[in-house]
Amino acid sequence: MLVIVCPYCGKRPEVEFTYGGQAHLARPSQPSQLDDQDWAEFLYMRSNTKGVYAERWRHARGCGRFFNALRDTTTDHFLAFYKTGEPQPVLPGRAP
Amino acid sequence: MSRQSFSALSLLWRGLSRHRSWQNQWRKPEPKPSYDVVIVGGGGHGLGAAYYLAKQHGLRNIAVLEKGWIGGGNTGRNTTIIRSNYLFNESAALYDHSLKLWEDLSQQLNYNVMFSPRGVMMLAHTVHDIQVFKRHVHANRCNGVDNEWLEPAQAKEFCPPLNIADNIRYPVLGAALQRRGGTARHDAVAWGYARAADSLGVDIIENCEVTGIRRGAGGAVEALETSRGLIAARKIGVSAAGHTSVIMRMAGVHVPLESFPLQALVSEPVKPIFPCVVMSNTIHAYISQSDKGELVIGAGTDAYTSYTQRGALHVNTHTLDAICELFPNFRRLRMMRNWGGIVDVTPDRSPIIAKTPVPGLYVNCGWGTGGFKATPGSAHVFAWTIARDEPHPINAPFTIERFRDGYLIDEAAAAAVAH
Repeated sequence: MLVIVCPYCGKRPEVEFTYGGQAHLARPSQPSQLDDQDWAEFLYMRSNTKGVYAERWRHARGCGRFFNALRDTTTDHFLAFYKTGEPQPVLPGRAP
Repeated sequence: MSRQSFSALSLLWRGLSRHRSWQNQWRKPEPKPSYDVVIVGGGGHGLGAAYYLAKQHGLRNIAVLEKGWIGGGNTGRNTTIIRSNYLFNESAALYDHSLKLWEDLSQQLNYNVMFSPRGVMMLAHTVHDIQVFKRHVHANRCNGVDNEWLEPAQAKEFCPPLNIADNIRYPVLGAALQRRGGTARHDAVAWGYARAADSLGVDIIENCEVTGIRRGAGGAVEALETSRGLIAARKIGVSAAGHTSVIMRMAGVHVPLESFPLQALVSEPVKPIFPCVVMSNTIHAYISQSDKGELVIGAGTDAYTSYTQRGALHVNTHTLDAICELFPNFRRLRMMRNWGGIVDVTPDRSPIIAKTPVPGLYVNCGWGTGGFKATPGSAHVFAWTIARDEPHPINAPFTIERFRDGYLIDEAAAAAVAH
């Protein structure tokens, strides 16, 4: 089980959280300008990164808030936790 | 080249001659500088595609590249359940095509894949389940796929260990039964296809990881960079399960996949007690008994994307809670091993078997948590797609472009667990 550090509540077991998928996906600012391919990219395409991945978690059985994390998907080790709205931390020596 | 063929007589002869004359089941060739078709991924789907390319489409210069060893990926890590009672016409056609190929696969391959149509029973625990399953039963009948509704007492008769008491948390209110469904021996499927493909001249190259895909000036594929050197290829078929998006990115193709860990576990072996396969979408469990006697148990994926081939223990304990409630006589069984595989999941839980925007590049992916059952059918239509550069009518709907065009095949039953 992963140990996840909620930026609001601290270190908690994975069972308190729900997964929110890839982070930093902005809803298109001009929805009417998008064609079908653009919508498919926004709705369905995810980077599915093998390596350092920015993802959302929600402390559903705690404070209820969303936040972001950086995790290495080849080891499942977390590298950083940060609040929604904050920029993705740059890790020294690691490609984003 | 001819391989020794298996029969009762040959087994007896080898036994009497002290098993000294067995040969390797497939060669260990060095990669050639170029091939007509290279399949990336030596699981059941990839090996099967190579076999059908050689057997039915007359191609000879074929290689299968496998990063690890044959049977070491999801083909050897799943819970071996085979069924075809899917809701939509497209899915029913694809999975039933596969089920029909399972029925004489051992004879076709001259290799016992131990296909056992012992029946797959899916339990209903809520009014919603009952409605959905009855809808499946009717839709399946329209498509010529057998599936029948059982009342709880009939379900208990079909599977005596089942607890149909009405005082458990999610009582059994009925079940949908596909009698033609069942299990097969997963390793034997990989080995049988590998052996049959090899005997038709296919080079099976293990410990060969693809690190890059080179494309020519016109955009078409030209060669693969691998850990065992550069291999030129006119056509490339990617059948790499959880690593498909990694491979496809090497060719500049973006696929709508996410890779999740999926776990399974087995109990200590016991005498035959469990006559069929039982699945429960609602409380997340499925179970059957292997011929070795182990109870084979699985459930849904872990919550997060990962490439680690392992998951968390709480997912397994949740599954075992459900198993122990449905089958109280298994409560004191010890679990012996658990493991994980990485499955590639599409947004609509249906696979992609298609051409890609890159000429000469084909992909078979997105099988999520339920790819084993489709192995022969998927391999068969994937080989057709590669050989003819156009999809077989059965896999024509399973494109990448369906996500752009809105033709989703939204198969909630794909994994038989609630998503």
